[in-house]
Amino acid sequence: MSGLTRVVIVDDHRLFRTGVRTELADAVDVVGEADDVATAVTTILREQPDVVLLDVHLPGGDGTAVIRHCVARGSASRFLALSVSDAADDVIAVVRAGARGYVTKSITGDELIDAINRVADGDAVFSPRLAGFVLDAFSGAVDATATDDELDLLSPREQDVMRLIARGYTYREVARELFLSVKTVETHMSSVLRKLQLSNRNELARWASARQLL
Amino acid sequence: MAPPTLYRSHDGRVVAGVARGIADHLGVDVVLVRSIFVLLALAGGAGAVLYGAFWIVLPERDGPEPPPGAVRGRVPRARDAGLLLAAAAITIGVALLLETLGLLPGSWLPFILAAVGLVLVWLRSDDESWSRMVTRVQQVGGGTEPGSRRVRGVQLVAGVALVLFGAFAFLASRGAFTDVGRVLLAMTVVLVGVALLTAPWLVRLLRERDEERRARIRTEERAELAAQVHDSVLQTLTLIQRSSSDPATVQRLARAQERDLRHWLYTPVPDATATLRGALEAAAADVESAHGGAVDVVCVGDLALDERTGAAVAATREAMVNAVKYGGGAVSVFAEVEPDGISVYVRDRGAGFDVDAVPDDRLGIRRSIVERMERHGGKACVRSEPGRGTQVELHLATSP
Repeated sequence: MSGLTRVVIVDDHRLFRTGVRTELADAVDVVGEADDVATAVTTILREQPDVVLLDVHLPGGDGTAVIRHCVARGSASRFLALSVSDAADDVIAVVRAGARGYVTKSITGDELIDAINRVADGDAVFSPRLAGFVLDAFSGAVDATATDDELDLLSPREQDVMRLIARGYTYREVARELFLSVKTVETHMSSVLRKLQLSNRNELARWASARQLL
Repeated sequence: MAPPTLYRSHDGRVVAGVARGIADHLGVDVVLVRSIFVLLALAGGAGAVLYGAFWIVLPERDGPEPPPGAVRGRVPRARDAGLLLAAAAITIGVALLLETLGLLPGSWLPFILAAVGLVLVWLRSDDESWSRMVTRVQQVGGGTEPGSRRVRGVQLVAGVALVLFGAFAFLASRGAFTDVGRVLLAMTVVLVGVALLTAPWLVRLLRERDEERRARIRTEERAELAAQVHDSVLQTLTLIQRSSSDPATVQRLARAQERDLRHWLYTPVPDATATLRGALEAAAADVESAHGGAVDVVCVGDLALDERTGAAVAATREAMVNAVKYGGGAVSVFAEVEPDGISVYVRDRGAGFDVDAVPDDRLGIRRSIVERMERHGGKACVRSEPGRGTQVELHLATSP
């Protein structure tokens, strides 16, 4: 079992957890399940999984609360958000809390396994919709005096990568289209993720705070 | 926990529960409070007046703690200061009056108390019947708050008139109009006191009204949600149960329902088909329900549709139909609005084909996409390779 990625599934619907477990089958090692914030935190701290599949909406808080608690207690687990929600504030809030990626629940089993392994390797995972949000948030001019920061702008290359992801390309296809190596594409993605988490662009701050007020 | 707010106590009272209520509020022995009232009453009657003022002003409550959820009679902390101030003002005013007229303390107190008491009766009509009346007025008139406000105004005016009447009757009976200046000053102090007393009460009534309105809105939202769930989700579930032997139909129904619900939950504007994003999403929904399959739309930026961008949407729709019919897998649509134009990409993950060897029947399809775009000053191209799916790219420069 040692080679498999260790995964904890956090979702308040038992049927959904069972479904994901079945889809993941033998491709990963599911070491735990949880259905609310408190159990999730205990399970994650106990099992120290490589990857946590995290639902955005949970009883007793939400996904961002789980991430904050675990990170505050020194957990090294990586988080992949999994949700039915397409709302920008949900997506951005959980990514800014520290999730390495965001996929919607309509994802196929193979794509999910691929995403889990990418997150386990420290890469970022962007669904087409998340890529769309990123392009939306980073589009438009920034007040040059308000920022001296590369965090507030995407490089042209990063924009190209995001556009292709938004068009439904896989990493491999993006690399082929842009004549890059897959490794380079992954580097661009991680860089975009970092900007997404740290930038102070108004759109991001607004989306993130809209979620917390709910 | 914050100390209990100021009430008249119902339990353990001797006269009206004022002393008990104050003692509970301040956390001191009730005997101390009572002693102070008695002492003040003996020393010039101020205690009695003060007691009367509190009686009128303070809401009554059953026990030392308010019953859970009791909105009525709840006195916010900030109001306490106002109450004390008002009671003090009334007491000073009356004392001033007495002194000015050279009265023996106490001899005319019953009369003054009766007058003030009347005002109080008018001003503090039972809170419960009040809110009941307000509710009824709102129910009858569909929320006509002005009606209840008028009732409240009449009450206020009547109260003030009584005070004035009582005071002047008293003065006239003593032939004391010689000292008009001081009398007027005293009267003013009394009136200010009354105004201060009534203000918090009005505020509370307004607050109760807001509370009721909020509750009504909540009920309406709930009803709307129930209607939506019934009309859409429950109907679809019924249909799915009936056609459970046909996976394609089940998938189409579920997908259409999902889209509906998503739209309802996450789209702030109900009718957004006048914009590029809304039109593309509507087109995707149409294609899905007509041909099955799944079409995901991601849109960056947005703009209002005109004839040319409308044509681009129509061309995109054709591309979606092709992708669903001849391609396969999930179809991704990505549209981006840039300062100088719009770009739309429709991509499928099907078998793909050799563009140079396009069969005749696909020529018509290309015409409806490529030529339509060119007619409106845009361009379109189709990229496909066997085994790598097909991608249709549309570009349209928007007029400067």
